[in-house]
Amino acid sequence: MITATTTTTTGYVGWLGLLASLSLVGIAVAISLWQHLDLERSLIWASMRAIVQLLAVGALLAVVFSPHVPLAASWLWVVFMVVFAADTIRRRAPEVPGARRLALLSLGLATVVCLGVLFGLRIFPLNARTLIPLAGMVVGNSLTATVVAARRVVAEFTDKRAEVEARLALGISSRDSARPYVRDALRTAMISQIESTKAVGLVFLPGAMTGLILAGEKPLQAVLVQAAVMFLILGAVATTAAAMSLGLSRRLFTPDHRLVRLARVAG
Amino acid sequence: MTDHDAGDDGPVGAAQAGPVFSFHDVCVRFGDVEVLHSVTAQVDDARVTVLAGPSGSGKTTLLRLCNRLEVPASGSVRFRGEDLDGLDPLALRRRVGMVFQRPTMFAGTIAENFAVAAPDDPAAYERQLVAVGLPADWLDRPADELSGGEAQRACLARTLLTGPEVLLMDEPTSSLDPAATRTLEELGVGLARAGLAVLWVSHDLAQVGRIADSCLVLRDGRVAEVADADEYLADRDIPGGDDRGGPA
Repeated sequence: MITATTTTTTGYVGWLGLLASLSLVGIAVAISLWQHLDLERSLIWASMRAIVQLLAVGALLAVVFSPHVPLAASWLWVVFMVVFAADTIRRRAPEVPGARRLALLSLGLATVVCLGVLFGLRIFPLNARTLIPLAGMVVGNSLTATVVAARRVVAEFTDKRAEVEARLALGISSRDSARPYVRDALRTAMISQIESTKAVGLVFLPGAMTGLILAGEKPLQAVLVQAAVMFLILGAVATTAAAMSLGLSRRLFTPDHRLVRLARVAG
Repeated sequence: MTDHDAGDDGPVGAAQAGPVFSFHDVCVRFGDVEVLHSVTAQVDDARVTVLAGPSGSGKTTLLRLCNRLEVPASGSVRFRGEDLDGLDPLALRRRVGMVFQRPTMFAGTIAENFAVAAPDDPAAYERQLVAVGLPADWLDRPADELSGGEAQRACLARTLLTGPEVLLMDEPTSSLDPAATRTLEELGVGLARAGLAVLWVSHDLAQVGRIADSCLVLRDGRVAEVADADEYLADRDIPGGDDRGGPA
């Protein structure tokens, strides 16, 4: 029975196939027991939670993808993703002042710009089946880069406060004084995505391409979709990281070119 | 430089040349903590004024008010009679240069550091380097290869490239060895003799003896004493003997 559900050429996975794949979680649990990692409960809980979350999302997607449901429902889904991601960024970067608002603006901007390009240039048709997954790619992949950018900017301005103030003390504007440190933060935030892009195809087959091939799509078509998605992610990461870094660096100065006190300077 | 007497007419007893800075009832707060309480004082031109006092007494904060790296919660600071509130902070900072406690050279060569301060005047770089006692051919030397004393002198040169009228020195010798300390002190005193007002933060009594023309002493965020250097040092024991009368 299991064999019948897992050996189709399109990589279709049935319920029993899903149960069978849980044996891989069993391997992880066994390693945890063997090495006394005390991670068994976490592994099982995470796996169960993932199944429940994905099933819930699948059920909701089935509703949203229905031809009777207006596209506005999909846009609402996108808004929810952006808001939830912004809150995640706030929690992951608690030391960043105004993180949620800046993240909302950065993610919102990246979503509008990147989806605008994809749908405006008719690279993908605009419908629920394209909008939600592509917006998910934008938001999901930008999240880590946004957190890195925000935390790096705060770290740079804390560690190199004396340097920034030395520039201000020379009569340099806050924007110009911030530029070298914002640039470093931005490079750090983007470098990981650039490295992933360089390694694609050689080191790993990315998710969208893997999914399409498993679903039976021709490899060339899978590659074209993947390339477009990869460029979408690069654009999204650059946009969110830049918006977050520049927005945050503005917040760290007063209008009269003083550095906001992140750590008290001894008098 | 004179502390404010009991009256409300602002600082009194100004030097003949008039004050370069005057503080009127200045309070500074960091959050709920008030670090300067109703400071009223003034700083005279063309001499070395040492801001003295124990750590945490508010010396650095008072210094940073002079180039608007800090602003008062209440009261006012005037530069040559003009309220700092009404001045462009960037233009002010080119007139009021600052050297920080630790050398703060930027990444790159000395010339690249100088270009941050004076991008349009590369001809002045070599002259300025020599003026602080560094070799003229060091412009292409990476800043991170300089010793602490050399870096602090390069920082002074970088500051002087903006053509300041006033020099704020925030304990600039605290991380330097004695020889480098003396060199920087000589430079500071020399600049004051050449007409700059030098405001120098120090809690080293021997250093006060070597460089100060006058002293403004803070304690717990208040002005504790204002005096000429001789008067201030008269009844104090200077560590290492009295070597006043200029840098040794």
